[in-house]
Amino acid sequence: MKSAAHDFPSRARAGLQNPDLVRAMARARTGFIDKRRAAVDALPEYPQLRRIAREIKEHTLQHLDYYLERFEARVREHGGHVHWASTPAEAQAIVLDVCRAAGAKRITKGKSMVGEEIALNEALEAAGFEPIETDLGEYIIQLANEPPSHIIAPAIHKTRDQIADLFHARHAQYGLHERRTEPTALVGEARTVLREKFQTADVGITGANFLVAETGSSVIVTNEGNGDLTNTLPRVHVVTAGIEKVVPTLEDMSTILRVLARNATGQEASAYTTLSSGPRRAGDLDGPGEYHVVLLDNGRSQMLGNEFHEMLRCIRCGACMNHCPVYHAVGGHAYGWVYVGPMGSVLTPLMVGLDEARDLPNACTLNGRCREVCPMEIPLSDMIRKLREREFDERLTPPRTRLGLRAWAFAARRPALYRFVTSLAMRVLGLLGRRRGRLRRLPLAGGWTGTRDLPAPAGETFMAAWAKRRVEKR
Amino acid sequence: MPNRVRQSPDDATARPRVGLLVTCLVDLFRPAVGFAAVRLLEDAGCVVDVPAVQTCCGQPAYNGGDSGNARAIAKRTIEAFEPFDYVVAPSGSCAGMLREHYPRLFPTGAGWHGRAQALAERTHELVSFLADVLGVREVAARFEADATYHDSCSGLREMGVRGQPRRLLASVGGLTVAEMRDSDACCGFGGTFCVKYPEISTRLVDEKCAKILATGAGVLLGGDLGCLMNIAGRLARESHPVRVFHVAEVLAGTAGRGIGERGR
Amino acid sequence: MSIARERILASVRRSLRRAGPLPESVREVLDRRLDAPAPNLKPALDDDPVSHFVHKADAVHARISRVSTLAEVSGVVLRHIEEHGLGESIVAAPGLEGVQWSNRLAVERRAARGSDQISVTGAFAGIAETGSVMLLSGPESPTTLNFLPEDHVVVLRESRIVPHLEDAWAMLREERGSMPRTVNLICGPSKTGDVELVILEGAHGPRRLHVIVVRE
Ligand code: SF4
Repeated sequence: MKSAAHDFPSRARAGLQNPDLVRAMARARTGFIDKRRAAVDALPEYPQLRRIAREIKEHTLQHLDYYLERFEARVREHGGHVHWASTPAEAQAIVLDVCRAAGAKRITKGKSMVGEEIALNEALEAAGFEPIETDLGEYIIQLANEPPSHIIAPAIHKTRDQIADLFHARHAQYGLHERRTEPTALVGEARTVLREKFQTADVGITGANFLVAETGSSVIVTNEGNGDLTNTLPRVHVVTAGIEKVVPTLEDMSTILRVLARNATGQEASAYTTLSSGPRRAGDLDGPGEYHVVLLDNGRSQMLGNEFHEMLRCIRCGACMNHCPVYHAVGGHAYGWVYVGPMGSVLTPLMVGLDEARDLPNACTLNGRCREVCPMEIPLSDMIRKLREREFDERLTPPRTRLGLRAWAFAARRPALYRFVTSLAMRVLGLLGRRRGRLRRLPLAGGWTGTRDLPAPAGETFMAAWAKRRVEKR
Repeated sequence: MPNRVRQSPDDATARPRVGLLVTCLVDLFRPAVGFAAVRLLEDAGCVVDVPAVQTCCGQPAYNGGDSGNARAIAKRTIEAFEPFDYVVAPSGSCAGMLREHYPRLFPTGAGWHGRAQALAERTHELVSFLADVLGVREVAARFEADATYHDSCSGLREMGVRGQPRRLLASVGGLTVAEMRDSDACCGFGGTFCVKYPEISTRLVDEKCAKILATGAGVLLGGDLGCLMNIAGRLARESHPVRVFHVAEVLAGTAGRGIGERGR
Repeated sequence: MSIARERILASVRRSLRRAGPLPESVREVLDRRLDAPAPNLKPALDDDPVSHFVHKADAVHARISRVSTLAEVSGVVLRHIEEHGLGESIVAAPGLEGVQWSNRLAVERRAARGSDQISVTGAFAGIAETGSVMLLSGPESPTTLNFLPEDHVVVLRESRIVPHLEDAWAMLREERGSMPRTVNLICGPSKTGDVELVILEGAHGPRRLHVIVVRE
């Protein structure tokens, strides 16, 4: 997917003004937050599990080369193939080769953020294949030709009416002519249409929530069952996964599963947790004849060594965005790329470039709620601040902001000057606002006074008044 | 003021010496909060001084990515406050800057890191300092109002301020505090965020205002002037007659003119 | 071996400030961690495993029937079919043994087809903590039976219900030695929240999950 992150300001504005989005986000806010809270509170061991989950990820990252090689060896033992891709382009090429070699036409896909990261659908279509997203949310946005707006609920921004319109327009070809708006009817309609696709697909592509080094298994966690039909029915199963997805053992995976489901959807366990290890075995009556895992780096191995390495603990649960006030206000599309919300504000600049995505780390109040809920205790606010530092150091900060900061800092480092300038300014502002107690308009402060009054200062600063009090006391 | 809890005997040498970090917003916009803080601290038995070389804790530079200037400002602040037993700020955000972030500005092992760390350990937000360190359980103030309380993000998440202001407010005569929904959700201030992304900031503060109004409270209290000015400014622009005060003013019994109200 | 592989591993090692692979001594420690996996913290259960399983499975809307012997399975399946108006032809996992099927039922033993209405399979284990069943792929238990039919009936013996997922892994290692192609952990029927976050059952997988817990 091509980044539109540079467009954040105008996309954010569009989101703010979209009444459907406002309603959808209001729904998401209460739905996700309350369910997660209840699920977490119901598990007394949650704090310890969270700490252990974090330690498992940290341990794995510190020995990432070892665990990747172990994973690879196990997959080979099962008769599967492991491919390595440094860049999205390499990953695309690998998948295309596998599909061509299989003589594929129709390709079903389970939800995969890495698939989005490497823009797999575009590549498959361009090469003449017919990729079909089968997760209902992904299917909806594929029909709408839109990117996901949430990492676990990709069509969260769509209303039932919009979905009804889409289905009405696109399902006539299957003989479904009635426009239906009830969610049950919509789900049923998608089920009917996709059933046929599942059964006629040549290749199934899924992502992975985990790669288990001990057993050489790729693991998907889903609720719909589409991922399982995708990885079982076609002749070839391809898994696309980031290299950070590996965990040592089944036990380690089990620990992380407990925190993942609760944080993602407020469930104790998702409906389907599926481990795939290699192709079908001799004598099996079903399952794919070929099994491929594409391991994607795309900047991850470099993050491992720098101040952003903790981001690699991310398990893509979505809790950070579910608790982010800015995400709720602007919606996922404002972020302009695959990853959204706080984790997107860190990952997007790192993956597509800070100059392209400089707004994302800036459009954050640093309120810290994301970090508070993140099951992996990723210090998202600190990373966002570090990106601002990088932006400042690389001189990507807009000149006006830079100049303002400089001037302010010049004074703030010189108390006498600071005192002089500020007490003068406050006296003026105090006079201007004396009648109403607040200012409705102020030159150069339109960002504030456009929508808010500015409470007027008292006139005399605290420091001035304090100095007087000290003199009086003596 | 009668009945204040005193921790230390009147012997001045045994009383904790507190350096008040006024914070730039209180200094410039609402000195009354600073004086309320002084009063609360003195009533609780502290010797309070306000180092004259303080300007701002450096957050605008730090959060703007300018760590060079943030470091320079931090050094000044550290020097200014080192002589005190405690540093106290009527702001969770500025206290959080000293406690959480100053040490990170300097490489571990460096002399300044140690000094920042030592200061960080003595730095507190005002209300939690009164409650947790000085053991103040009640105040003698009166304030007739139905209020609601906004948890400012840094105070809540960096300084652990949540129950303390509510407990102390419960001792204020005539005051009731009703909880708003999502009192811990950001008000959209975010320092320079509010002027860099005014539309988003406005949406956030609107949501906050709606939750405040839903409680029916006539007064909003909070512990950070930045958030309070933001909320008060929006409430005023939308003509909602909710009065806004810093919690210190109410606890000190000095709440008179609300934030953004005309002089009486 | 591919260039990308070497490039990525080298980059990982550079980031970890290492010139090459881990020293042998460290590898050995990690090998042991993988060869003898140990459970991490297992949350306490406030109930015996069987009751807990039943309670949790019920909470996620799996239908639970408790019977004494395998002989009763056929009757439960028949009632399920009548209740939901399904046809009387069923697909059973080839490995599901010991069930005496009623002669009203036409039973086929094979992998699933798109038109199948109901399948009956055997669980390898039940996980009390979450109310999930674990099914393993193999010639005796094709994976498609767990997903394609409209209704999925799982036969689970009480003796196979373990407290935690970790216990099932231990059982799998001990009894099977290696991983089958697919391990399915199934917790309730298929569901989705993708239309306005309304949770609806029967997305792509089975609309109903019916677990028959057999005491014997
Ligand atoms: S950053 Fe944390 S909260 Fe956000 S998706 Fe990743 S793991 Fe979940």
